[in-house]
Amino acid sequence: MTESQIETVGFRNQMRARWRAMPREQRAGVSIAATIVAAALLFFVDHALAYAALTLSALYWIHRLPLLPWRLGAQAALVLAFVIAGPRSLAVLLAIAFAVFWIPERRRVWALPVVAIVAAIFYPFFEDKMFTIPVFGVWPDVATGVVMIIFVMMAVGLNIVVGYAGLLDLGYVAFYATGAYTAAFFASQQFAGQKCPTKGVSIDNCTVAAVPKHNFDFGAVGLVPGGGGIHISGWLLLLMAGVVTAIFGIVIGLPTLRLRGDYLAIVTLGFGEILPQIARNGDNFFGTGVNLTNGPNGITPLDSIGFGNSLSSWTGGFLPSNFLTCCKANHLGHQIQSTDVFFWVAIVLLLITVFCSLRLQYSRLGRAWIAIREDETAAAAMGIPLMRTKTWAYASGAFFGGVAGAYYAIFRSATFPGDFFFNISVFILCMVILGGMGNIWGVIVGAAFLAYLNQEGLANTGAWINSNIHFGSWHPNIEPPLYASGIYGVIILVVMLFRPEGLIPSRRRAAELHEGVHDEPLYDATHAGAEA
Amino acid sequence: MAADVSAPTLATRVKRPSLIGGLGLLFVIALLVWLAINFAKTPSDFISVFLIGITTGCVYALVALGYTLVYGILELINFAHGDVFMLGGMFTITFATHLFGLHHGQGSVTVLIVFATLLLSMLACGVLNATIEFVAYRPLRGAPRLAPLITAIGVSFIIEDVGLAWKGPNYITAPDVFPHSAVFSAGGVTYTWNKLIVVIITVPVLLGLLWLVQETRQGKAMRATAQDKDAAAIMGINVNRTISFTFLIAGFLAGAAGLLYALYVTTVRFDQGFQLGLIAFTAAVLGGIGNLPGAVLGAVLIGLIQAFNEGLNWHSPGSDWTETIVFSILILILVFRPEGLLGEKTPEGG
Repeated sequence: MTESQIETVGFRNQMRARWRAMPREQRAGVSIAATIVAAALLFFVDHALAYAALTLSALYWIHRLPLLPWRLGAQAALVLAFVIAGPRSLAVLLAIAFAVFWIPERRRVWALPVVAIVAAIFYPFFEDKMFTIPVFGVWPDVATGVVMIIFVMMAVGLNIVVGYAGLLDLGYVAFYATGAYTAAFFASQQFAGQKCPTKGVSIDNCTVAAVPKHNFDFGAVGLVPGGGGIHISGWLLLLMAGVVTAIFGIVIGLPTLRLRGDYLAIVTLGFGEILPQIARNGDNFFGTGVNLTNGPNGITPLDSIGFGNSLSSWTGGFLPSNFLTCCKANHLGHQIQSTDVFFWVAIVLLLITVFCSLRLQYSRLGRAWIAIREDETAAAAMGIPLMRTKTWAYASGAFFGGVAGAYYAIFRSATFPGDFFFNISVFILCMVILGGMGNIWGVIVGAAFLAYLNQEGLANTGAWINSNIHFGSWHPNIEPPLYASGIYGVIILVVMLFRPEGLIPSRRRAAELHEGVHDEPLYDATHAGAEA
Repeated sequence: MAADVSAPTLATRVKRPSLIGGLGLLFVIALLVWLAINFAKTPSDFISVFLIGITTGCVYALVALGYTLVYGILELINFAHGDVFMLGGMFTITFATHLFGLHHGQGSVTVLIVFATLLLSMLACGVLNATIEFVAYRPLRGAPRLAPLITAIGVSFIIEDVGLAWKGPNYITAPDVFPHSAVFSAGGVTYTWNKLIVVIITVPVLLGLLWLVQETRQGKAMRATAQDKDAAAIMGINVNRTISFTFLIAGFLAGAAGLLYALYVTTVRFDQGFQLGLIAFTAAVLGGIGNLPGAVLGAVLIGLIQAFNEGLNWHSPGSDWTETIVFSILILILVFRPEGLLGEKTPEGG
């Protein structure tokens, strides 16, 4: 330990120590003063926000004061007053926050997910009736919801690699791309090929319209008659994309997982850069004319997903035969759209992902991952086969990335190489870091929030700032979506400096980050584990 | 810290099966045969492309040295370095055109202006790089080593967007002041002045760096800190100041590289830094990261590989595949020979 290391074990710890050294009354005074100043500033921007800030801080201080009897009642009265007098949108948010934080933690574990799932399932029905949130504007529409859930799935997958096993993967977009292209290959007309209907005439000299050469169909829905190409049922394809991507993850992992943390990060980054370039140049490999990926134009359209005619008629139309053309039904005053069905299926996929991830976390394998993350040498000494365990982490992470990628491709009915930039890898990593590495609930919240920001939030926020904030005659004119990656950079920086365990941390990970771990393994042990 | 890094390379080298070595040798032989056939077919093209490769390699070398210096002392891959380099190009264009009014055809004043711009943009990048270290990396000195790496990516994105906000999303052009007249012209090969100027500026900077690291007191402190921070601190070296100084020097190099790139290529865009930075990092890894001569060797090799790939006619993959080739080299080197071409990783960085 150098002198510098001893005095700053974490920037945040240092700040916190200074803060703790102050007398208690002084701290309370500073906090209250800061709140009032913030509320006063907010007041110029938006009155309602200022009131909300004051109410929140009052709630907090009531919570902190030990003397006051009927604490909960006082708080409830405060919230009720705000609900009656304040703007409806903020009141609802405040009520939600109140509910979240004042449910006893034992019940929160069950109550919150159940409420969240039920609310999410019925979201398409009340989405258009939702209030406007200050700053962020309207609630996301259902299509944004689908993308959010897909990104949450990817973040949960990456969390297995980064959060559980502690392997920094900067090329997660490669898994996403693999899944998306697997779906695109086997559910489009990409490999139809062409031949001339006239016997013995090559396609170049053909005068009549060309017909597809290859045709394979296995349970796919919504096919164009005579289109040709490979068409496999979307459900099978999701599984297939996951398996293919997991195999790809193993192939990448086997040679590289021996490497130390930062080298591994660089190698994954390399794969993340190579794969999109192959996709971009894949319409004509080295001038040989082999068209694998259709190059920068991408592969489009993809087959939709659906339950098929027989299953649909058997359930009386409850299960739609084809998501794209389905849904004329009207329930609860809402005409069901095809996006809604995609949304519900996405929720199911996400639930499966979360379930697997949770079960993995406390399984033998999951505990092995955490052991490796905390101390590789000790883990190897305890008999954990390092290479095999790490490869499994890669494969599981890749599986969910692949499924999410495939579902995204099917949802958008297209795959473009331009979607697979390094930015996306960092974007997903940022979700995991913001939410809290290793804690699946944190990752879900962080990912949902960031995906929302990326889809709608930044644009809405920018519009709100442009119209609401002005100093005299000066009006800002900013376009936050343009600076999205910079904003993620700021988020990463701020979180790593001030709260490296994320917003909703796992206790274990937080302890590691503050007390430090032996994350520089002795290579001999690593190598011995690799052969075991 | 350094001991357990160099230990594995020894252990693995003894045990490494010869199959991989043989395959590597075969690959290198195939590469040489390909180069020889290209040379035999069009010698003049080959030499022109070779000269272009050397020039590109010089720019890469300056950037790669920044990576290798920082890695040598802190074992941190400073992702933000490529973007500092990009800002260096922007500084150059701003200083040269707006401050000094540089434009094409000013005669000998050009030399003076370019020199002044070089100093200014080096200084700007150096200060920027040292500031980044102070704000983003220093607070994480005791954290797990992946923490500063993640932070570095965040900083890289921030700087990229600073460039975007400053100069907009389009290419900005620098005045084309390096003369395009020939230094010599023989057998269809023309070596132009602008390529020579890049070499002329690079070589003294490199020599100056070597002198600094190997001869001066500050350089000795840098090498000591790289070797063992605790021991260095016990010996009375101010470790934090030495690390700041290293970032300053790395920033100087990025500034010089930015100037050369801006005036040689004459266009700069906000997102070029990251890509070029990764290529330069590959060069540093190829030569053996932490090793100064290695970084230069790797950079020249990468520059040549890129030029051959993009410039040669007979069976070359073409510029569409440059990044794939460079990153494949990166992966292969990291997997099979993490210590790079120049043997052991020297923690001294010199």
